[in-house]
Amino acid sequence: MNLVPEKLLHEMSSPGRIAVSLPACDVPETPVPAGLRRGDLRLPELDELSVVRHFTRLSQKNYSIDTHFYPLGSCTMKYNPKVNELVANLHGWRDTHPLIGDEFSQGALELIYKLQEGLREIGGFAAASLQPAAGAHGELAGVFIMRAYHVARGEARRTKILIPDSAHGTNPATCTMAGMTTIPLPSDAEGGVDLHALQVALDSATGEIAGIMITNPNTLGLFDRNIETIAKMVHDAGGLVYGDGANMNAVTGVFKPGLSGIDVMHFNLHKTFSTPHGGGGPGAGFVGVGQELMDFLPGPIAAKNGNKYALYMPSRSIGSVKSFYGNFGVLVRAYAYMRMLGAEGFRRLAENAVLNANYIKVRLEGHYKVKYPRRCMHEFVAMGDIAPGIHTLDIAKRLIDYGFHPPTIYFPLIVPEAIMIEPTETENKETLDAFVEVMIKIADEAKTTPDLLHHSPTTTPIGRLDEVGAARNPVLCFKG
Amino acid sequence: MKIDSAARYQASHEFARKDGTVFVIGISDHAQEALGDIVFVELPEVGKTFAKGQSFGVVESVKAASDLYMPISGTVTAVNDALGGDPALVNRDCYGLGWIAKVEATKAGEFEGLLDAAAYEKEAGKD
Repeated sequence: MNLVPEKLLHEMSSPGRIAVSLPACDVPETPVPAGLRRGDLRLPELDELSVVRHFTRLSQKNYSIDTHFYPLGSCTMKYNPKVNELVANLHGWRDTHPLIGDEFSQGALELIYKLQEGLREIGGFAAASLQPAAGAHGELAGVFIMRAYHVARGEARRTKILIPDSAHGTNPATCTMAGMTTIPLPSDAEGGVDLHALQVALDSATGEIAGIMITNPNTLGLFDRNIETIAKMVHDAGGLVYGDGANMNAVTGVFKPGLSGIDVMHFNLHKTFSTPHGGGGPGAGFVGVGQELMDFLPGPIAAKNGNKYALYMPSRSIGSVKSFYGNFGVLVRAYAYMRMLGAEGFRRLAENAVLNANYIKVRLEGHYKVKYPRRCMHEFVAMGDIAPGIHTLDIAKRLIDYGFHPPTIYFPLIVPEAIMIEPTETENKETLDAFVEVMIKIADEAKTTPDLLHHSPTTTPIGRLDEVGAARNPVLCFKG
Repeated sequence: MKIDSAARYQASHEFARKDGTVFVIGISDHAQEALGDIVFVELPEVGKTFAKGQSFGVVESVKAASDLYMPISGTVTAVNDALGGDPALVNRDCYGLGWIAKVEATKAGEFEGLLDAAAYEKEAGKD
């Protein structure tokens, strides 16, 4: 890695320096009206080569799945096959325009339709929409659907949503944003939903329960075997079951959530279906629903009439949640991936994701505590308090020194000093072993040379950041 | 772990302590230690009424944001504005200067139903 800290463009600016020379103006010049002119922007002034070098050097400091292992729990940082990019960059997809109409968009509509149908099949749902542009966006659409369903049945009073404490972190925010209130549910000793607490919560708000939002496998990386019982209990109380698909990578081709009593669910195409993730986005959601909710889906949705494809709005749709048809370029990538894997490939994907996580878990168990020791799914949660004065943050920072992206830390909140490790299916055994050996080495250092951990990272352009200082006294403007 | 023996607690780590006609509400020493450096406390509005168990604010540290659940039903009569400038008061003195709200209880009997110091110490030890 390029270790020299990179200056900001503002710090490299020199008055009067310029990167472009514009051709002579061939129209009459009109001055910008005085009231619209600003002199305080202080835009940086640089030559072209300095700008190119600045951004090239920044790019060399990047850490990405294309350069390194990225075991970020709950995020499914799998390899995004390059063929996806090739396909998405085909002229016919890349240069089409959403306003040219159905007649000239048959190929694009066919792709949306087939992806929608494929994902629907994977999830076991009656109908689906590809409108949402991210996972949390899919959640919001899903909760709006639940709300619309209850209102349509004259049960607008149903505004309470149960959320297990092992659920995905965005769920409570989604409910609040949709105008619902949440009731947290504790986990049982096995790491699943506490059924007794669920019954108590359902009984405490008779007639007001809109449903439950459940992540299965949950954020402890554990599959809740009681999912059908949970769904039945919630249905009996008049509620709906929302499934958070963040952890779908553990179960594709093995478990169909729609057949276990889940009424509405989103998938993150940028996790399970290998489209770029995080800063490389944009993301794409998918919302699948059972029979009784299909009329409420966000639209437009692609449909096949004879051998033609067309867009339509479901009869009682919650409306559009995104302009046009979602993030189409992302849908092309996900479709390429889906066709590449096929049914058999999706099953192997899940099996290998689970195998890789269990391999790391078993190899680390003698060195790190794992709160719920039973077999995990695609990820597991270890604990970082392995020596006096050592915290998870120290272990995460030390991993950077050894060239690994730290796992998710301090989440889920129900495990103190949590380290959440998700290797995904795309890593080979050598990479998993290299990571395990570094984790074991760090566990030894924690006991023998703890200061190494407290002072890490030392191999990066900037060392340990003062996160507390930054949060308590944020300085958000550059003052050069 | 420091315990204020005059206070009573709930398993979600909030305490209530009788102070004249009102109850002082805050989070336990165990909770502030588990959260780490606290960087922000979202306070409830004075005059607002909460039922026991209802969320009335948020404590945010560099590790996590955590909802606060009311240990006793009542109306907020005062909040600790000093936490706006110095949220670390909760870390330094959670039972004293780091208090969060004062509540006039509507069901003062609920206080007796909370965990006493010994029971809470046992409960917090489970984490």
